[in-house]
Amino acid sequence: MITTTPEPLPAAAASPAARALRRFKANKIGLFALGLVCLLGVVALTFFILDRLGIPWPMDPNATNLERKLMPPDSVNWLGTDNLGRDVFSRLLNGAYISLTVGFVAVFVSLSIGVTVGAVAGYFGKWVDNLIMRVVDAIMCFPTFFLILTAVALVGPSIFNIIIVIGLVSWTGTARLVRAEFLTLRESAYVQAARALGQRGPKIIFRHLLPNAAAPILVTAVLGVPEAILAEAGLSFLGFGVQPPQATWGNIIADGKTYILDAWWLILFPGLAILLAALSFYLTGDALRQAVETRSERQ
Amino acid sequence: MSQPILQVRDLSIDFVLEDRTIEAVKDASFELASGETLAIVGESGSGKSVTALALTRLLPLPPADIKGGEILFQGENVMKMNASQLRRLRGGKIAYIFQEPSTSLNPVYTVRTQIGEAVRLHRPDVTDVDAEILRWLDAVGIVDPAARMHDYPHQLSGGMQQRVMIAMALACQPDVLVADEPTTALDVTIQAQIMELLGSLKERFGMSVILITHNFGIVSGFASRVLVMYRGRIVEQGPTDEILRHPKHAYTRALIDCIPRLGSKERRLKTIDHAAIAAG
Repeated sequence: MITTTPEPLPAAAASPAARALRRFKANKIGLFALGLVCLLGVVALTFFILDRLGIPWPMDPNATNLERKLMPPDSVNWLGTDNLGRDVFSRLLNGAYISLTVGFVAVFVSLSIGVTVGAVAGYFGKWVDNLIMRVVDAIMCFPTFFLILTAVALVGPSIFNIIIVIGLVSWTGTARLVRAEFLTLRESAYVQAARALGQRGPKIIFRHLLPNAAAPILVTAVLGVPEAILAEAGLSFLGFGVQPPQATWGNIIADGKTYILDAWWLILFPGLAILLAALSFYLTGDALRQAVETRSERQ
Repeated sequence: MSQPILQVRDLSIDFVLEDRTIEAVKDASFELASGETLAIVGESGSGKSVTALALTRLLPLPPADIKGGEILFQGENVMKMNASQLRRLRGGKIAYIFQEPSTSLNPVYTVRTQIGEAVRLHRPDVTDVDAEILRWLDAVGIVDPAARMHDYPHQLSGGMQQRVMIAMALACQPDVLVADEPTTALDVTIQAQIMELLGSLKERFGMSVILITHNFGIVSGFASRVLVMYRGRIVEQGPTDEILRHPKHAYTRALIDCIPRLGSKERRLKTIDHAAIAAG
């Protein structure tokens, strides 16, 4: 016998954002990852403020103590010390804000450029699209990391330069995505209807196209953060990143690589920090993508 | 009848593709009197929708290419209008209802936002936009408009969505309403309701209506005049009754024969034999 239970009506969450939020909340991995991202943010902000206020906690990240150099983790230095006797735990906490700042600001820069360029190409099409996309193709021909490396080597390594350079070379993916979305949405019936209603081009872009492309843009933004964090870590590792004595996760590893056989903690802990940060952003972004995929609901 | 509100003369539209050019509309001429209801009938690809979109120059150029002809709206040549005149014409003077209500509404905005946008665009003098929205939702027969206007499109049924589209078109108070296959995507009972609604609204607000359809079945009783298009050409036009009773062109006869009849002895539905029509 076939029994049918009447499906409960969905709750009043009606706007696309509310529905996406409801789906995101059902994703345990996503929630956990988002929790980690938030924790990371709080830690980075806290230690950034403590540093600016001149309160060294648990220790001054730049204080050297040659009597206690290359000490393994113990009760004094929880994650050990480096070759100059600096506390690894303090340096890790102090470097967190660099990674996050680079991650977020670089993504903001690349997103601003990518969305604008992609929107123009996708909306106007024809030769505008052709010209812009050929430029994008040309930029994409270069391996991103080496492009960043070269540019930073030319303009000099500072946190500001690194952010700008990462932002300037990593917008092409976003531009392609936004262009593709716009090309599809431009032909959609409601954009036709908006045109038939006599709406202006800019209004169609901002009111009709962009909000409907917001979901994939948001996802790329979140997924772009770990890319930027990894790029910064890579640059710092190669010595082109933020300069010493400022601690970053990348340059702690760079300094420690000489002692890799004697002092595993110099590599392991900053490595784990990078892994954890990148992973939590990736998982958050992935959960977000699942939550905003509404194509079936649009029908 | 008074002075025609819309005159189309020798309109020809080509679609230029990479390897060939298609004549979508060829030398189409017709008139629409003020307050009149005209049906443009033809099968898919006969050029009826293209003609309708051309009325406000909504066709994408390229691939479309308007080869010649003129369109006069209240004596003004649409072909010579600039961008801002065209924007006033679209929606404000000639409003459209499209085939797919579910995709013609923007999924991220509520009914209120979308109708409100249309009102603000074409009737900037309206101060109480919400009252205006409610008025039109009520006019198209939406129950409890105060609650429904906060709904998103996906929360409405197909029939309700089409009613919202009609409300949005009417809220701009156009002189001409172009309904491009307004019931094709809806099921049969809803089709009848929507056609009835369009008929009563037309009477109430004294608009001219152009109904585009492939279905002769919904034409009778709705349109006073019919225009039959076949392969981009207008093959026949005249009063609805006359054309239904005495179709002159073979294609018109074929189209009318395609309407299934209750109690018919025919075992198979009729289809159109293009070879026979071409042979005359």
